Amino acid sequence: MEKSKQITGGEFIVKETEAKDIFIPEEFDEEQNMIAQTCRDFLETEVFPNLDRIDQQEDGLMPEILTKAGELGLLGISLPEKYDGFEQSFVTSMLAGDVMGAAYSFAVAYSCHTGIGTLPILYYGNDEQKGKYIPKLASGEWKGAYALTEPNAGSDANAGKTNAVLSDDGKHYLLNGQKMWITNSGFADVITVFAKIDNDRVLSAFIVERNFPGIVFNPEEKKMGIKGSSTRQLFFNDCKVPVENLLGNRGQGFRIALNILHMGRIKLGGNVLGAAKHAINQSVQYANERKQFKMLIGSFGSIKHKLAEQVIKNFTTESAVYRASYNVDQYVEQSLEVMIKEKATIDAYAQLAVEAAILKVAGSEALDYIVDENVQIHGGMGYSAELDVDRGYRDSRINRIFEGTNEINKILVVDTVLKRGAKGYFDLFGEAEKAYKNLVSLSGTPELEDDFYAEKKRIIGNFRKIALFLIHATSEKFQRKLMYEQEILNNIADIIILLYVSESSLLRVEKLENIKDAEQIKVYKDIIDVFIYDASGRISKFAKDAIYSFAEGEIKDMLVKGTNYYTLVSGVNTKEARRRIADKLIDDNKYNF
Amino acid sequence: MRVFVCLGNVPDTTTKVKFTENNSVFDNTGVQWVINPWDELALTRAMELKEDSGSSVEKVTVITVGTKSAEPTIRKALAIGADDAIRINAEPTDAYDVAAKLAGVLKNEDIGFVMCGIESCDYNGSAVGGMLSEFLNLPSVSSVSGIEVKGEKVSVSRTIDGGKEIISIDTPFVAIVQKGISIEPRIPAMRGIMMARKKPLNVVEVPDTEVLTSHKSFELPQPKPPCKIVNPENVKELFDLLQNEAKVL
Repeated sequence: MEKSKQITGGEFIVKETEAKDIFIPEEFDEEQNMIAQTCRDFLETEVFPNLDRIDQQEDGLMPEILTKAGELGLLGISLPEKYDGFEQSFVTSMLAGDVMGAAYSFAVAYSCHTGIGTLPILYYGNDEQKGKYIPKLASGEWKGAYALTEPNAGSDANAGKTNAVLSDDGKHYLLNGQKMWITNSGFADVITVFAKIDNDRVLSAFIVERNFPGIVFNPEEKKMGIKGSSTRQLFFNDCKVPVENLLGNRGQGFRIALNILHMGRIKLGGNVLGAAKHAINQSVQYANERKQFKMLIGSFGSIKHKLAEQVIKNFTTESAVYRASYNVDQYVEQSLEVMIKEKATIDAYAQLAVEAAILKVAGSEALDYIVDENVQIHGGMGYSAELDVDRGYRDSRINRIFEGTNEINKILVVDTVLKRGAKGYFDLFGEAEKAYKNLVSLSGTPELEDDFYAEKKRIIGNFRKIALFLIHATSEKFQRKLMYEQEILNNIADIIILLYVSESSLLRVEKLENIKDAEQIKVYKDIIDVFIYDASGRISKFAKDAIYSFAEGEIKDMLVKGTNYYTLVSGVNTKEARRRIADKLIDDNKYNF
Repeated sequence: MRVFVCLGNVPDTTTKVKFTENNSVFDNTGVQWVINPWDELALTRAMELKEDSGSSVEKVTVITVGTKSAEPTIRKALAIGADDAIRINAEPTDAYDVAAKLAGVLKNEDIGFVMCGIESCDYNGSAVGGMLSEFLNLPSVSSVSGIEVKGEKVSVSRTIDGGKEIISIDTPFVAIVQKGISIEPRIPAMRGIMMARKKPLNVVEVPDTEVLTSHKSFELPQPKPPCKIVNPENVKELFDLLQNEAKVL
């Protein structure tokens, strides 16, 4: 990896990035592509033929498929070689998660096992704990899970009541309490469980084995989707956990939980890509086969609009996902001189907390759109349970809920940016004030650039200015009470999300100029044209919704004027652009962007 | 003994086939290349034989005629488990050319047996295996659906009309294999993928072969006409359509 610039999470809010500094999926090397192909082959042979059996939770099937994934080494891609893993980059593990994301319920089991089921022990375990558990989790001999949520502690994770007290002989912690929505709990052998020791204010984490005495597993929950994913409640009744199974230090649990959530959010961004591409393939293949009025439905403008929009949403999310994922690798690389890899990796997730929350929200919203239109393109057949289209629709919905709801994540986007600014990670408040003060000098109409990329960068720069002057205006107005203005925070978060996704997508296409020929690049420019035009309209709306919610008089007028000025973009013939995007999809008969 | 598996580098079977230059050249823009499925099954069987402690197969080498662009396909074979690979650095033109070039290298090797897929899934010529055995002056068995190696003894089985024949054969020979040689191709495991980059991939040059054929043009099949649905009670209409429109009765 080339020596890269210091990675500071969230800095994009004040600073442009250049195309050469981002990673794009077209840069996967041969080995990464081979790993992706192995994942695809695995799904074709082990998962897709068994989707009904998986969703019926046939006894032993899910762990059996996980074991087979382990035999191929797919559970240890990013784990250290020392613990029988393959020590691949974060980007590679994201690529595997991306492909596996197409696997409906199996995708959840896989993601849970390789992510929250394994990594807390890798990152926070001592040598004995890692040596005991990681090789077995890497091979799939043991399956992993993670128990944080409780009936009264969901988004507010630290409100958990599960309690741990030291036994009289000092050899065990006795766990008492209840956990719910625990993925893989029907078969997991090792579970990271969070509980408060004595009357601690904060959580601690414990490695709990399934056969420790005192754990009761409720029957499987009945769910809207991911029906094949095992989800149960756990009850701990004086569950005896050896003292050596305390994970990390006493009171470190909440920090562990938060950092693992940051990781889970980035990973979710990868997972939804695979599910999205799978749904887009279903959509286009049906559109290329189904005839009405003696014409293939793919030839109708309404259907082309949907197909193109599916492509745009996936392409843009994907651009953001791999940009941020590579930043994780870069950050780890930069930190290795001063810390061990596990610590560097967990620090990288925390560093990229803003990007992680963005990917989580943007990815889950994109997928929900894509699977919804997949149903719509299929019409009655989409509503029928005969194809897998309904399964994809139902399974998608959880992505907006787990790994922190999208609502929590949107607030986190703004909150984290503000905190980073206050801590001096970057000059947020200086830049925000500058953007705000600059508003008075705006007059006339903005000068447009001739060059495609220069013009789009100008527009994206304007998105940045809108986010910044809103941060300044709302911080001034509400001071410390800004966090109570969730609706306004949502508006600002939506703008920041569009800023990051727009910039990532534009830089990807700019970099693609070196890879694709002039004819091939056109359709990518169409994607950018439509997305940025669309983003301008949406940002204008979000900004005004926010402004009308708090500003008055001259300030209100100035902010609205600034919004209008900065969201003024040249018109785009989105109909023709979308048709060209759809035509490529239709011609390829699969997502091949 | 050392087994050679000939690999074809072919377009993925879901590729949308297009031609350029007046329909005389296959348009490989955006095409994903894979191991010819019959060759992949042959490789799987070769690996099984190598892993079988009762067999004397000790080494599996894959060999292909192709430019550098074929290397991802070759490395996949190494990831599946082949010990080493030979790439004959040339753009394959036709079956004669491929067979001659393969023979140009293999004639100098100590061969246990050579495995070739019965055909490639792009041009389906079914000719390389037979020509290769001629060039090497070795016996060949075609349509092989099973190979057993017990110590140094090799027997092959072929599916014949209504049954199966089993032939014992002396090495070296060329086995032209078809489906059934192994159940399904192996998926490269992470360990194999990691090891593939460390395995030898020898690039060799051989003299050009005389060009005996050239493509004049390709024709794509006509698009399928729309399906006609006949009411089950209307047998007369069905007969009428089959007789007068489809003209199959």
